[in-house]
Amino acid sequence: MDETKKKEETGSTHKIGIYLWIWGLLFVLSFFSYLVDWYQFQGMLRWSLIIFFMLLKAGLIMAFFMHLYWERYALVNVLLWPMTAIVCFVALMIAEGKYTLFSRLFYFFVGG
Amino acid sequence: MSDPKIEGFELEKGFKGMAKDTGSDQTMFKGVHWGKAMMWIFLLSDTFVFSCFLISYMKGRASTPVEWPNPSEVFALEAFGVPVPLLLIALMTFVLITSSGTMALAVKYGYERNRKMCGYLILATALGGLTFVGMQAYEWTKLIHEGVRPWENPFGAAQFGSFFFMITGFHGCHVSIGVIFLFIYCYKVFAGHYDNGKRGWFTKMKGDYVEVEILGLYWHFVDLVWVFIFAFFYLW
Repeated sequence: MDETKKKEETGSTHKIGIYLWIWGLLFVLSFFSYLVDWYQFQGMLRWSLIIFFMLLKAGLIMAFFMHLYWERYALVNVLLWPMTAIVCFVALMIAEGKYTLFSRLFYFFVGG
Repeated sequence: MSDPKIEGFELEKGFKGMAKDTGSDQTMFKGVHWGKAMMWIFLLSDTFVFSCFLISYMKGRASTPVEWPNPSEVFALEAFGVPVPLLLIALMTFVLITSSGTMALAVKYGYERNRKMCGYLILATALGGLTFVGMQAYEWTKLIHEGVRPWENPFGAAQFGSFFFMITGFHGCHVSIGVIFLFIYCYKVFAGHYDNGKRGWFTKMKGDYVEVEILGLYWHFVDLVWVFIFAFFYLW
């Protein structure tokens, strides 16, 4: 069995370097997100850093460890659009949470 | 896998390829093993479950007028007499990422039909997962001794405990199930079931190293969920 035929039958293999790179990056990013807490950044800076590192880590894991980068678009899109819907749900619930807090405080302290 | 040929037709890439795949009146995920597609669909549904937990936690925390416990104090651990914030959680994160890396390499060596490397890497992954579960058990024990309960805790808002035990518990359950399957697959790899095509227990499917990749998808997903829990539960 020649090399290309074997490759086709056993699926894709990628160079080991790419896995080690992603692995290293994940360590570095986790360390950075830990530093965000260590230095006690507050407010918008904390939030943007936490979410930036989180999304970067999630993206790297999905794209390379879970091979989504090499998958066909039919599969990638089936997975990513529902996740986009979840992001919309999160946005809705942030607004809802703020409204609930407002109405609680309003009726606790101001009264009906 | 990247651009497979099916029945002699070269498949198109990108969105055009997607439109043709979806509208072909045939199998939709062309070139993707059915087990892998099913695992992805399962993981998508699991994503919804975890999202519901995390979103309800976010809403619960954002809408309470009571002070929320400060995670970097609640989860601090004493090291050499000095309290270090989130020490245990940081260690757990590194252990889980390490095990995710070994799993990715196991999948690679599996496809290269390197039976021994694949088996040892799966074993390393399983041991990493076991360490993680152990550390989580320690964390739970510590918090329970400090008086954290699903209905009350000494640090602040009473909802904290229920969200904490629910979310980390559900994640820990996923890790534990993953560890069990990692040990089973480790045995199957070493026994050569994926080299000689021995059939599995629930299926008539012939053993193939694609199963290692499917297990890998599950394991990476567990790591992925931890990334979100770490960001929203421990760092917020």
